[in-house]
Amino acid sequence: MDDEQLSEIFKSEYSNLIAVLSNYYGLTDLQLAEDIVSDTFLKAMKSWSHKGIPKFPKAWLRKVAQNLLNEHYRRKKIYDEKITPEIRAKNHQINFIEITDKIIEDSQLQMIFVLCDPDLNRESQLCLALRILCGFSIEEIARALLSNKETVNKKIYRAKKIIKERDQIEMNLTSDQYISRLDNVLRVIYLLFNEGYYSSVDEENIRYEICWEAMRLSLFLSEQKKFPKQKIYALIALMCFHASRIDARTSGENGDLLYQEQDKRKWNSALIQKGMKYLKLSAAGDIVSKYHLEAAIAYWHTRDNDGKWNNILQLYNKLLTIEYSPIIAMNRTYALAQTNSIVEAIQEALKLELKNNPHYFCLLAELYRMNNNIEKEIEYLNVAIEFANKKNEKELIKHRLEKANRLKT
Amino acid sequence: MLFHSEPNPDFNPTPDQIQDEVKAWQDWMEGIGAQGKLKNPGEALGFEGKTIHADGTITDGPYAEVKEIVGGFIIVSAESIEEATQLGNGCPALSNGGKVEVRDIMVFDEM
Repeated sequence: MDDEQLSEIFKSEYSNLIAVLSNYYGLTDLQLAEDIVSDTFLKAMKSWSHKGIPKFPKAWLRKVAQNLLNEHYRRKKIYDEKITPEIRAKNHQINFIEITDKIIEDSQLQMIFVLCDPDLNRESQLCLALRILCGFSIEEIARALLSNKETVNKKIYRAKKIIKERDQIEMNLTSDQYISRLDNVLRVIYLLFNEGYYSSVDEENIRYEICWEAMRLSLFLSEQKKFPKQKIYALIALMCFHASRIDARTSGENGDLLYQEQDKRKWNSALIQKGMKYLKLSAAGDIVSKYHLEAAIAYWHTRDNDGKWNNILQLYNKLLTIEYSPIIAMNRTYALAQTNSIVEAIQEALKLELKNNPHYFCLLAELYRMNNNIEKEIEYLNVAIEFANKKNEKELIKHRLEKANRLKT
Repeated sequence: MLFHSEPNPDFNPTPDQIQDEVKAWQDWMEGIGAQGKLKNPGEALGFEGKTIHADGTITDGPYAEVKEIVGGFIIVSAESIEEATQLGNGCPALSNGGKVEVRDIMVFDEM
């Protein structure tokens, strides 16, 4: 077994075991499930250090977690009977569980739906999803979300508290509830992916691991029989198209490359193919969600034929009618510049006045560059750099500024 | 060789930390094994337990002094205590503030 695999195993088993244990216990004891899993990992670390890695490490971890859970139950039973007989639960049956792949799958699914509670805010959902569903450590989450350990801990603590206050009923979602919650689950996965794709953490590993995790979760959902699949397929397609450009994007020496600067040969054609497959699958039926439109936009970005930008512009227009967002409107202006006229695009962009957003000022700079107005380009790049708070982003803008200044003289 | 380490109940290792720790131990033990001197890979001991005292009382935990807890052991073959001590160098227990105690096993050939 190579080293890479070992930490992967811990990561995936973390979420698997938590899901099973808390599913079994009821979510009131999310903390207990986490404690048991931590204990299991500590035991693994000690034992494996000494005796070597077992032949079936996953089975080993599951077995030990199971034993610890049973042990906890035995102690609890003794405690209940000897010390607090009066508050002994009426229905005190100990069901020793056998952790199987089937149980893990069911529990994970349930966990995804319970954790993607619509009442939690975006940040908490991200933290919780990364911790419980993806098995990230608190340190890793803090780095990925450009936060610190204390803040992440607090967010997770509060989120767990909210979930804990919910009734047990939550754990037994009906199939209708599953379907009605699916939108929120997809939103959380979409957020996860965007966080990985757009956030410029210095460590690329963490950043892209989040993307792959988001893809893993949605593939997992697509394999479940319970739901209508079109939106899930569209989301997968969208992520495949974006992910296909990851290598090309990071190949620049001065931070990430912009779409128009990337070497198209570095795009991952296998992922593009996969994206097309899922885009086709998503088209069955008459649902057109924002994921469909965004996937289609991403698809056109991988193409190079005539009418590409016109298609993209039409799709943006449709997307804006489904869900207006200034960011989408901002991206639309670039397509507008490619199809109609740069001046029109600049006028539209100026109307948006997205204050404090470095991407907005970068776009304005780019539009002015296309319009051969170097003075304005430099002006907006300077504004953009003020608002950029990530290292990679700053580098990228600095690089563009240098280029513009060279051209000017 | 006895390994002493202080248990830290608040230690929640990340997958990467676990991997590093396991690898460090494996590398070290393999290094001894490669010289044909690992006689017995020994055991890792848990941190729970009881201590029976001479007066018949039983207390929780292995020792009153946590720093003295034996966390595990291996048996190596060496010509001398000095050689065994050499082998003990680089033991991962040392990098976590632990100790390695090198002792001889009494051998009575004539019996």
